[in-house]
Amino acid sequence: MIPVILGVSIISFSIMHMIPGDPARIIAGEGATKQDIEAIRSKYGLDRPLIEQYFRFMKGILTNDLRSIKTERPILKEISPRFLNTVQLAVVSIFISSIIGISLGIASAVRRNTWLDSFAMFFSLIGVSMPIFWLGILLIIIFSVFLGWLPSGGKGGVEHIILPAVTLGLATSAIIARMTRASMLEVLNQDYVRTAKAFGLAKRKVVYKYVLRNALIPIITVIGLQFGYLLGGAVLTESVFGWPGLGRYVVDSIFNRDYIAVQVGIMIIAMSFVLVNLLVDIFYALIDPRLRRG
Amino acid sequence: MPKKSSLSITVKRISKNKGALVGMFIVIVIIIVAITAPFIAPKDPYKQDLLSSLEGPSLNHPFGTDIFGRDVLSRVIYGARTSVSISFLAVVIAILMGMIAGTLAGYFGGVLDEILMRFLDILMAFPDILLAIAIVAALGPGKSNLIIAIAVYSFPQFARVMRASVLTIKNSEYIEAAKAIGESHISIMIRYVVPNALAPIIVQATLRMATAILTISGLSFLGLGVKPPEAEWGTDLAMARVYLEIAPHLGIFPGLALFLTVMGFNLFGDGLNDALNPRLKDR
Repeated sequence: MIPVILGVSIISFSIMHMIPGDPARIIAGEGATKQDIEAIRSKYGLDRPLIEQYFRFMKGILTNDLRSIKTERPILKEISPRFLNTVQLAVVSIFISSIIGISLGIASAVRRNTWLDSFAMFFSLIGVSMPIFWLGILLIIIFSVFLGWLPSGGKGGVEHIILPAVTLGLATSAIIARMTRASMLEVLNQDYVRTAKAFGLAKRKVVYKYVLRNALIPIITVIGLQFGYLLGGAVLTESVFGWPGLGRYVVDSIFNRDYIAVQVGIMIIAMSFVLVNLLVDIFYALIDPRLRRG
Repeated sequence: MPKKSSLSITVKRISKNKGALVGMFIVIVIIIVAITAPFIAPKDPYKQDLLSSLEGPSLNHPFGTDIFGRDVLSRVIYGARTSVSISFLAVVIAILMGMIAGTLAGYFGGVLDEILMRFLDILMAFPDILLAIAIVAALGPGKSNLIIAIAVYSFPQFARVMRASVLTIKNSEYIEAAKAIGESHISIMIRYVVPNALAPIIVQATLRMATAILTISGLSFLGLGVKPPEAEWGTDLAMARVYLEIAPHLGIFPGLALFLTVMGFNLFGDGLNDALNPRLKDR
């Protein structure tokens, strides 16, 4: 865990040092004089040894001394509101896709090999192959351009978050549906379910009281992991809908040559992804006693 | 089992799997379109005609025209060429990198294995296309950097697959026999280890083609990949996004081509996985 976090910070840090050529010259832009370039080099400590630069970089983030190249404001001040926007989008998205995914998965497991099952499996095939930004464009064409029901981009009221959240969550709902179906089918074949059925319990009761409860652990795990993916994978959705999130900020910063914003933005996204995965692991150990001793 | 029969079993199983057949058909069509683009495209994809800008589908332009009056059908056809060539190169490089790293890690084990696997964990800690974005952010946009970014972002999967198959056969008797008759490490790897890992590598390569094509168009959509005016589905969709209100047809066709291609590779990869997986042999 610690080595992964350390590694993520090193890779994010090294973005500026993988630039072919002189980073100071690129930050200074075209037509900069030699003095300008030298000033930038010493301002950002680019003349120091790499290891020292790395520690200055990490220390700068923690003490809020590290500033955006473009706006000169502390970088975390720039990033935190955008990160919250991304989190907001991911939360709404995981909520919608959990509802769609779980209900579709239950339905197709209970009515296995019916048209409903085939539909659910077809839906999940589409979900994993659908380019997310094309889905966004299609939804804009349908719901904004033709129907005029929802805005095509920007941030504002509830109506602004629906299309991006659905777009971001489609693949996730497909994956949750698959997992729910597989997990339900496994439990449906257990002896105690057969016993419950043999006792004459209502099918509905068997499904919700015995099957779903026992099938829930892998489903919740996959939802947790997917939440991490939504945080990290929101870049394209944010760009399609002009959602002011962290992913889009990173892309804009690439064009602005604000390498500090790129480094820190990418690091925060990757670290939150790692942390979510860690939390899922901990949660898993908490609810499944078999894993506690491992 | 002799080689011929295992190949014929594979072919037989694929021909029984409807999804795999559809996938294979789409993949073959896309590859043919990519190779023959200059002959089958009805118009020049780069020829501008500002008088017929943003036209809807018609007989003359079946998919309509874009803001510069270029023929969208021809651009979609040439887009296949761009996507397939870049992703193919990137996946081949990723396979080579992954095979070398995975074989070294699995075969020698120990500290080398530990270091390589930790490094892969770190690369895989970057979700979705973020690692590719990070690489392009440093190297700059453009085709060759795109290939590097996708290769680096894809190779951990190959390394893992390779390492896993090396570990399963490492202690088998025929490897021991080869060592006993004095074959060198390199010759053992090339003659016995690599051929045994080919099946999972081929499956992974097919699935990674889908991811690579998605990544290319995703990065190009963000302006970090293939640069206009070159025909590429993601680049064209980024332009379509701007004119969506007045020309929604622009947003349909490049995306449809992209979606079908990705689905084709996914279906074919899944089918190959079922057909080549020895555990599923009795199905």
